[in-house]
Amino acid sequence: MRIGVPGEEGATPHHPHPPADGRDHAHGGAHGHGHDSHDTHEHGRAGDGDATVTLEQRVLAKNELLAEENRAWLAERGVVAVNLMSSPGSGKTTLLERTVRDLSGRREVAVVEGDQETMLDADRIKRAGCAVVQVNTGAGCHLDAGMVRGALTALRPSPGSLVLVENVGNLVCPALFDLGEQSKVVIISVTEGSDKPLKYPYMFAAADLVLINKIDLLPHVDFDVDQCVRYARSVSPGLRVLTVSATTGEGMDDWYAWVARQYGPDAQAPVAAAR
Amino acid sequence: MHELAITQSVVDAVCEKAAGRPVHTVTVRVGALTAVVPDSMRFCFDLVTAGTVAEGARLQIEQPGGSGHCRACDTDIPLDGLVLLCPCGSADVRVVSGRELQIVSMKVG
Repeated sequence: MRIGVPGEEGATPHHPHPPADGRDHAHGGAHGHGHDSHDTHEHGRAGDGDATVTLEQRVLAKNELLAEENRAWLAERGVVAVNLMSSPGSGKTTLLERTVRDLSGRREVAVVEGDQETMLDADRIKRAGCAVVQVNTGAGCHLDAGMVRGALTALRPSPGSLVLVENVGNLVCPALFDLGEQSKVVIISVTEGSDKPLKYPYMFAAADLVLINKIDLLPHVDFDVDQCVRYARSVSPGLRVLTVSATTGEGMDDWYAWVARQYGPDAQAPVAAAR
Repeated sequence: MHELAITQSVVDAVCEKAAGRPVHTVTVRVGALTAVVPDSMRFCFDLVTAGTVAEGARLQIEQPGGSGHCRACDTDIPLDGLVLLCPCGSADVRVVSGRELQIVSMKVG
């Protein structure tokens, strides 16, 4: 795994030092022991000398601890982080580019780009005009909380800003890993099948919002929006679904209004007034 | 394949607790409604334990089934997948079990 910033040579180490700005960095010293060992005890030595050690701990305890630290670190700064997940080719980066451009001047946006290889998406986002950090996972098929922690430390988002995390394009693995984000958004495009929620139920069950993207292509493709919504709600009753086109801008105000609400019930929709 | 990362987490935790003692058996609990494939986990386990105190250990996987509670008809129902549909027709079902992903125990010595 490596973390890189477009235009900078070399890569930032996985766990760079906290920003030297005097702020108490909540990530410091997170590698303590004992956090996940609450229920460990040994008992019943068997005749062959083996001891059974009872662990009863969550498999992802370490990731969850790091995620909680990320959540606290973000909350301290009033930063909202949204985890964007999708299959490859759903238009996630295009949606991000438009979001960055549309929100510029209204709310500071920074992006964490996750990909197995290349800086291509990070370069695109940088051209759209915001701070971006690329996390290359190598063989890894998802971002985890430790990677996001390293990315946040490199990114240093401003208080009150919005951090959009573009996960690795994959509708399976990212669903399992809490990053410490405030909410998870799944993006599906109408060039995919409307049965995606049934084929990848874990992802849709984990989502707080589904964006159905590329709706400008609906006249040309065989995609049933209502059926897709029904399928999505069959794994997550009450799931919020918005239809958008990152290309034409249709529906994007609803997305921005949803983002604004992540800051609290009284938050203003940042773009509604600007259009 | 997220099972590799999942299995790595298991082996890291087990080796830490083993404190140098050889590990013979590791028991994990993988609920039927988690997105974790037991066979993939077994495959990864041998790869990940290589060169550790858990090399050659046996991986036992408990697989509790899924169950849910239907808010519409107020009954508990078995779930074999994440499509939350009660026989009464309601999709307003809360998952009660099947999402366990735990390291249960290990044998060392």
